[in-house]
Parts: sequence; C-alpha cells; structure tokens
Amino acid sequence: MKIGVLALQGDFAEHIAMLRKLNVEASEVRLPEHLNGLDGLIIPGGESTTIGKLAVAYNLMEPLKQFGQRHAIWGTCAGAIFLSKDVSRDQPLLGLMDIKVKRNAFGRQIDSFETDLDIPELKLATGSTLPYHAVFIRAPIIESVSGDAKILASVPDGRIVAAQQGHLLATSFHPELTGDTRFHEYFLSLAD
Amino acid sequence: MEVKTGTWTEKKGLAQMLKGGVIMDVVTPEHAKIAEDAGACAVMALERVPADIRANGGVARMSDPDLILKIMDAVSIPVMAKCRIGHFVEAQILEAIGVDYIDESEVLTPADEEHHILKHNFKVPFVCGCRNIGEALRRIGEGAAMIRTKGEAGTGDVVEAVRHARAVMGSIRQLQTMGDEELMAFAKNNGAPYELVKETKELGRMPVVNFAAGGVATPADAALMMQLGVDGVFVGSGIFKSGDPAKRAAAIVKAVTHYQDASILAEVSKNLGEAMVGRNVSQMPEADKIAGRGW
Repeated sequence: MKIGVLALQGDFAEHIAMLRKLNVEASEVRLPEHLNGLDGLIIPGGESTTIGKLAVAYNLMEPLKQFGQRHAIWGTCAGAIFLSKDVSRDQPLLGLMDIKVKRNAFGRQIDSFETDLDIPELKLATGSTLPYHAVFIRAPIIESVSGDAKILASVPDGRIVAAQQGHLLATSFHPELTGDTRFHEYFLSLAD
Repeated sequence: MEVKTGTWTEKKGLAQMLKGGVIMDVVTPEHAKIAEDAGACAVMALERVPADIRANGGVARMSDPDLILKIMDAVSIPVMAKCRIGHFVEAQILEAIGVDYIDESEVLTPADEEHHILKHNFKVPFVCGCRNIGEALRRIGEGAAMIRTKGEAGTGDVVEAVRHARAVMGSIRQLQTMGDEELMAFAKNNGAPYELVKETKELGRMPVVNFAAGGVATPADAALMMQLGVDGVFVGSGIFKSGDPAKRAAAIVKAVTHYQDASILAEVSKNLGEAMVGRNVSQMPEADKIAGRGW
C-alpha cells in the first residue's frame, strides 16, 4: 500500500513519519501527477487558506476531487476543512464530505487544548480500550453532518470533532502530533 | 474530562502547523488581508517593518495593542506580535490580547541586556531568533517553542540568513557524528543546555520548528533557505517594501512549497517588479547590525 500526504503546506512530515512507523510507503504530493499510484491520501494540518490557494494555483482541485471518489482521504484540522462542503466563508474547498465546518471554533491559540476522547469505532477497529488522547490546535469543529456522513467523535459538550463518510475521514485534532498510531491504522483500514 | 491548555505539545504544535509556509510582516489590516490572500500561513503584526525601524532610529517597542487587535480581526490565520528581548510585561500584554505567538525579537530595542523572558511562564507560545545552535538551544531552554535564524532584518540581503542557517544545520550534522561522551564538551563549548544537545543529536534536527528570517526578498531567497534545511520562512520588509507586494507575496508562498522544483521557481520569479532596494550587510557599520542582540 502507498499513501500520499498533501505537502503544499503544514505538518505533512509528521504524517509521513507516522506512516513509516507503521511500515507503510509514503510520499509527498505537490502536483497532480504525484497522485498516480496512490491508494490513499492524507491532507495534513496547516492553514486551510494557504493549502486551498496552492491547490487552486497548481490545478489540484479536480484531480483531488476525482481521487476522493475512488480512494480514501483523511483530513486533519485544515485537511478536514478542505474536505468539507461548507465553511461559512469564501475559500477553496474540495466539498467531498457532507459536513459543515467552523474554523477556529474553540478560540485562538491560548484556548488550544489536549483532552481524552472516547471513540467507539476506533476501539472496535484496533481492539484497544484505551481512551484516545487528542491534540486540538486553533481547531475547527464539525457543526453538522448530513447525507452519508456520520459522527465519529465529539467532545463532552456535544461538539463534533471527527466524522466519516465511507472511505473519507475528517478529524479536528492532530493524531500525527501524538505517539499513538491507532488513528493512522484506522485510516489505513479504509484505504485497503 | 481533563482539558489541558498551554502545554508544550500545544505550543510546539502550532509552529508545526506553520511549516512549509511563509509568515509575513504587516503594518495595517489591509496589508494583513493582502498577505492572507497571497497564502501567508500567519502574519506578524507590527507598527513598522524592520527597514523602517532602521531608517527611523530611536527606541523600537511593542506595537499598539489596538493595531494588533485590528489585524487579528482582519484575518483568519494566526497573528504573531513582537515584544522586546527581556520585556516580560510587553509579553504579558500580548498574551492578554490573545495573539497566537509572541516573537521575542532583536528587531526591537532590547529591554534587558542579560536575560531573556522565561517563556515557560506563559500559555502563549514564543518564537526567538538565533545565530547558532547554542543560542537556539538556550532559547528553547527558556521555553521558546519555535526558533528562527536571525539573518539581518530590514536589509533585503540574504547573506546573514544563510550564515546563521548554515551554522545551525552544520552543528546538527556535527552532532550526528559525535559519540555520546563528546556531548558535554559540545554543550559547554556552545553554551547550550546539555539535555537539549542530547535531544538534538537523537532527533537529528532542532527540537522545535526552525524558520529562516532576516533578509529574504525574493522567491529564490526563500527557496534557498528551504534547501538549506529550514522549515519555513519569515519575510519582513521584503514584501511591503517591494513594487508589487501582492504578487511578490504569492510568488514567495509558491517558492516555499515548490522549493525543490527549479522550473516552478523560474516561473514564479518572472515579472515581480522592483524588489526592495536593500542594504548590503558587508558594507554596514557594526553598530547598525541587530543580529548581535540576544544573549
């Protein structure tokens, strides 16, 4: 299996390190031709406006949308925003997932936080009952899911922080910043 | 459910989100919008860009909080602001208004000529400048969650940025070849905390994100710094002191993403108009240089 990581801007190197830890071949994607031969794609954390503008400038929007029709894509934070249909402001979006996202929904950097989440699907898929320690950085929330999208995780006040739609995955938090590979393993099971 | 804020992971983590990006100096909300539209991953809000700080002389201080707040309102990307070296009250004020990152910066006039801010005392993360590995690891020891090589701000001359990046990267390569028994002497000779020297050797890179700064004026300059091994680039005077800031800003953003692709670099370097006039660092009197500020 070969997984690409969109490397326009953001913490793509951290995702690649996680994939290599799991003995998965990983490569950087900056241009449309870099998608050839991939079984899945991760869109990393970063600034969604920057990533969107560079995707438009280098003609990646259509190829990414087509890739997502057939293959697994996982967006973390900025990547989740980029996968969404609606972010209540004008910026380039792939619109692959039926989710509405709100940017910087928990506040500014001083409000960024870490906490444990209970994610039943993750427990089921990995056989581990440990809670999932999630790192949120100027994080978005998923305001609502519709269509085939389903909620994967919420914080205790009910705000949605992870969603899945078939082989597409969106998380507000950053599994790539932890030593815990379970979310990456879960994504790989969707890409397989 | 336990919720933790202001952790080391959070502080370092925001810098990780900025990697592969360009952080631009802006002095008005309008500039900030131009920077965001060009693809900046963050902006540095300040009253004067370094080239003007040089030209005006006098004491350079933290910017008016009202200006910083207006810039924070104008854009959705992270906003950084500068405080003077050692001026922990300016830092407290910047934290109180909610900036996303504080730059304890040699570009402003130092408030303390012996001590930097104890940055572990803050919830907001800090970035600090360095000229070499020792200075970088001392700042991390004080709590800086991001480092930038200093270069010589406000000159448009990349030579010092190259000097400092080469010094840092060279030391990291040197550490890779050292035996563990040699690390204490390395720590002593470089004035660097031993534990961080060890960590740097183990990681094979700086323990926090490391950007380049100080003199980047063209897409080629930005790509040069990336190829030398930094994680991203600060551009100060280089954008808004040039003929066509929006175009140059967008070109530098593209150059940082595609820093290894010379044909894209050629494309984005075309027809950018006048670069900032610049000032040749090798002909500058020592007293005019600011990279030496920092202890």
